[in-house]
Amino acid sequence: MTHQRSTLVVVGHGMVGHRFVQAAIERGLTETHDIVVIGAERRPAYDRVALTSFFAAESADELSLLPEGEYDDPRVTLVLDAEVTEVDRAGRVVTYVSPAPGDVAEPLSNPGRVETIAYDALVLATGAAPFVPLVEGRDKDGCFVYRTIEDLEAIRVASATATSGIVIGGGLLGLEAANALVQLGLETHVVEMAPRLMPVQLDGSGGATLVRHIEKLGVTVHAGVLTEAITGEDSVAGLRMRPAGTEEGAETSTVEAQVVVFSAGIRPRDALARECGLDLAERGGVLVDEQCRTSDPHVFAIGECAAPAGRMYGLVAPGYAMAEVVVDALREGPGTFTGADMSTKLKLLGVDVASFGDAFATTPDSLELVYSDAVAGVYKKLVVAESEDGSFRLLGGILVGDASAYGTLRPLVASGIALPANPEELILPASRGSIELGMPDEAQVCSCNDVTKAQVVHAVAEEGCEDVAAVKTCTRAGSTCGSCVPLVKNIIEEHFASVGKVVDKGLCEHFRLTRQELFDVVAVHGYRRFDDIVEAHGTGRGCDVCKPAIASILASQFNGHVLDSDTRRLQDTNDAYLANIQRNGTYSVVPRIPGGEITPEKLIVIGEVARDFNLYTKITGGQRIDLFGARMEELPAIWRRLVDAGFESGHAYGKSLRTVKSCVGSTWCRFGVQDSVGLAIALELRYRGLRSPHKLKGGVSGCARECAEARSKDFGIIATEKGWNLYVGGNGGAVPAHARLLAGDLDTETLISYLDRYLMYYIRTADRLQRTAGWIDSLEGGLDRVREVVVDDALGLGAELEAEMARHVGSYFDEWQATLEDPDKLSRFVSFVNAPDTPDPAISFTEERGQIRPADSEGPVELGALIPVGAPAEGAVR
Amino acid sequence: MSAEWERVCLLDDLEVERGVTALVHGQAIAIFRTHDGEVHALGNYDPFARASVLARGIVGTRGGVPFVASPMHKHAFDLRTGRCLDDETHSVPVYDVAVEDGVVLVGRRKQAVA
Ligand code: SRM
Ligand SMILES: Cc1cc2nc3c(=O)[nH]c(=O)nc-3n(C[C@H](O)[C@H](O)[C@H](O)COP(=O)(O)OP(=O)(O)OC[C@H]3O[C@@H](n4cnc5c(N)ncnc54)[C@H](O)[C@@H]3O)c2cc1C
Ligand code: SF4
Ligand code: FES
Repeated sequence: MTHQRSTLVVVGHGMVGHRFVQAAIERGLTETHDIVVIGAERRPAYDRVALTSFFAAESADELSLLPEGEYDDPRVTLVLDAEVTEVDRAGRVVTYVSPAPGDVAEPLSNPGRVETIAYDALVLATGAAPFVPLVEGRDKDGCFVYRTIEDLEAIRVASATATSGIVIGGGLLGLEAANALVQLGLETHVVEMAPRLMPVQLDGSGGATLVRHIEKLGVTVHAGVLTEAITGEDSVAGLRMRPAGTEEGAETSTVEAQVVVFSAGIRPRDALARECGLDLAERGGVLVDEQCRTSDPHVFAIGECAAPAGRMYGLVAPGYAMAEVVVDALREGPGTFTGADMSTKLKLLGVDVASFGDAFATTPDSLELVYSDAVAGVYKKLVVAESEDGSFRLLGGILVGDASAYGTLRPLVASGIALPANPEELILPASRGSIELGMPDEAQVCSCNDVTKAQVVHAVAEEGCEDVAAVKTCTRAGSTCGSCVPLVKNIIEEHFASVGKVVDKGLCEHFRLTRQELFDVVAVHGYRRFDDIVEAHGTGRGCDVCKPAIASILASQFNGHVLDSDTRRLQDTNDAYLANIQRNGTYSVVPRIPGGEITPEKLIVIGEVARDFNLYTKITGGQRIDLFGARMEELPAIWRRLVDAGFESGHAYGKSLRTVKSCVGSTWCRFGVQDSVGLAIALELRYRGLRSPHKLKGGVSGCARECAEARSKDFGIIATEKGWNLYVGGNGGAVPAHARLLAGDLDTETLISYLDRYLMYYIRTADRLQRTAGWIDSLEGGLDRVREVVVDDALGLGAELEAEMARHVGSYFDEWQATLEDPDKLSRFVSFVNAPDTPDPAISFTEERGQIRPADSEGPVELGALIPVGAPAEGAVR
Repeated sequence: MSAEWERVCLLDDLEVERGVTALVHGQAIAIFRTHDGEVHALGNYDPFARASVLARGIVGTRGGVPFVASPMHKHAFDLRTGRCLDDETHSVPVYDVAVEDGVVLVGRRKQAVA
């Protein structure tokens, strides 16, 4: 039986339009429908919620929700840079212009190509547009809105030549925009008509607490003022304002600025709907019913352009819910949209702010519980109601300065379960997290993606998810704003505890402690020997897991020689012989070539050594040279030659710094803006020999072309006109990760202090064999946490971490040179204890392309044949 | 005096929980001294990696069993029996060892323990 296929047209490819298409594909709607999406922006949907991170991103692609640029379902067609200009409801045809007319100021310059398409069903997902109040001078050059990537690009360009900027509007979006201006280095002002910031979410005290935080960051807040005019000739020179509530002619004040960003609210983009005669809500927005159907049954509206029951929702989660409802409606399912949680939790300019439920205590007979600590800048309020049985229910609340309780509190509102007897304990700092709260299964854990506790538990219990990352992939919980991640983590742990599964975070059977705990134990007690540690804090004699881990901890803290008598038997394979073992039991030799720079003389020495010892020679992926095929007993002689020629260990064998890769940089390259080779060498020499939980790699590129691939390194530095951008948490390997911006435009001194802190913080707290990317993901708060510790010095650890690094730098020595000088250490480099110079007969080579290679192994050697089997003769000693 | 026993080194040459390789009757034998004073001798050849390397592994205990982890791919071998703790089907030969007057001697290959 063949079905007639229907055509579904979606207008707008923003966050909600995209989610709609995703859901349509996932739920099989494309089996019966061809989908055509028409979007006015040049690029496919991107993460508008994370818009501000555009400044930190290397390219706009990082925000993309559809990085491939198209859906992999061939029944979906994406038409971008095209604006729908008309909907003919009677004929069921939409008309669109491509490319989109763009700047409405000059429509004639871009008449575009006009096309039409017939639909069976139409989904409007046109979003909202920033509201620009009718202020005199609002058209001047230097005035912007804050909604699209193009807006941000324009703001960035203008900021390059500006010194100060003003944001009009002190709501959620205005503070986002203020954050952006601060990041762009502008002296920043926020102008708000209401007497406090975030008037929609916060009460007076909460708003005042927020102002104090924000002013500490250098942002000037002008609350309770009216904007009279934007001054300047053609372009912005400043802004004139007067106190709210005063008449025109009252005394005004003026702030100078070259950039003005309007962020005074949004308006639904409902023009298309209005023009084709669909019903609109009183306050704007396309009026839709519970199935998100407009007054025309063939037309739906979702996201910020829609007004279910007359109400518009300026958050992404309700839009996602509407998208699901429409997919359902088109499949004749039962889904309805009956309102959404408008809770918000944000980090605004580094300050935690959350507002949820009935934050303003509008419910009759509700009570407010307030905790406020002006010194610490914390304000917390709970709105509760007493029920008939005398217990309390949580209705809503506000958290400023510390929103850590948000994850626990918000679901309590939704589920309506009874609070503990002293509900104030929920916000008192001492008891944070100590209260056990049974949460019902149907409680919503992730509001962005509408995931319940039951779904998280199901993912863990039935689908084998063992950690937050797996649950994220499986359920989407935690993948949007991230505020529910701590709660998801708790649920996972609670579940494991309930089924009696010990989530053993201990290192191995010998230690119940984690690597981080062991690190602290060693630091506190000053242990230097494995035996003391295992006796005091472990059991047994250790193994191949805990011994190298402890060796690494000892090396990070004391920087002794890894082959010292107390530590050498702890070392992992490669550390044990200061070389990398190869498949046939021989070793490779990698001298350090910092930054990849090498003199011809040194190159010749490497060539001579390789020739004289008959070693296979290869240029590595790390910009240096590897010499393979050295027998263990040959290593000292090889290194003698190399050390004499001025080489030192390259630590290719250690969980330690490998290389800091560099491009040629400003010295030679016509595009280079900084000396990347110089910096790479300085960093490689600074961090050489630093023992760490996993290997560390760095890279330095001399300009944004990024020839050093710095962003695939644990720390990557990219030169800018003004200094250096520091990226962290990148790696190649099996699970590649792109490093992300930690801080921008740093001078060299600041860069090094941040790097010192970052690396030491990693060494202190990471798990064994956890690379920086995984470590950052494992921290609560992720990259933001790293930034707090490293850049904002929120833990006050900065000086200590730097001092630890200074100690490392000061105590560095070349391991190979020290080995050559110490007969005791050298004594281990023998093939046989009873025949020190006899080559191991198990090793043999053949030739390939003019160099040696291991001979193919012929299978196990029969050791038994040569040695008589049976009971030894009594007291037989030769 | 028997050709079955070969002197390989002084007990003092053996560091606790670290191996050495000895050439006994032309074969590479890994010799270990554990924390409790025992000395063990195993074939040096890792049957998984097919390389003569076991003496260079880390020595420790697993559930009380003294073992060496091959430096190549970390397979664990029981120092007393040569049995691979990760894979029952593999083992390495073990040899008699004796310490006399501070000298370590390696004897013949032990019968596989059933
Ligand atoms: C020699 C070299 C390959 C080559 O011929 O180019 C190499 C060889 C080895 N790599 Fe590598 N890697 C080499 C560059 C790389 C690179 C490229 C780079 O550094 O730009 C990468 C990807 C970048 C990265 O690390 O993120 C790389 C990712 C790995 C990984 C995966 C790490 C991960 O986080 O997933 C391993 C496995 C591990 O470390 O656990 C690994 C492990 C190894 C080991 C140590 C495997 C082993 O234990 O035997 C190899 C031994 C090398 C030896 O005997 O010297 N090698 N390896 C390169 C030596 C670079 C150097 O000069 O030090
Ligand atoms: C800086 C910023 C921070 C934010 N932070 C948060 C937050 O923390 N939490 C949260 O929940 N929400 C946040 N939001 C709001 C969130 O981004 C929106 O709720 C969400 O993007 C709405 O999705 P949408 O698809 O309805 O609209 P949009 O994402 O705006 O997409 C609509 C798309 O339709 C296109 N379009 C419009 N008209 C036409 C036409 N005629 N023809 C073709 N295409 C058309 C538009 O060009 C646009 O691309 C933030 C918004 C901004 C700007
Ligand atoms: S890719 Fe694999 S085989 Fe090649 S060098 Fe790296 S670890 Fe060895
Ligand atoms: S609540 Fe936003 S991602 Fe879960």
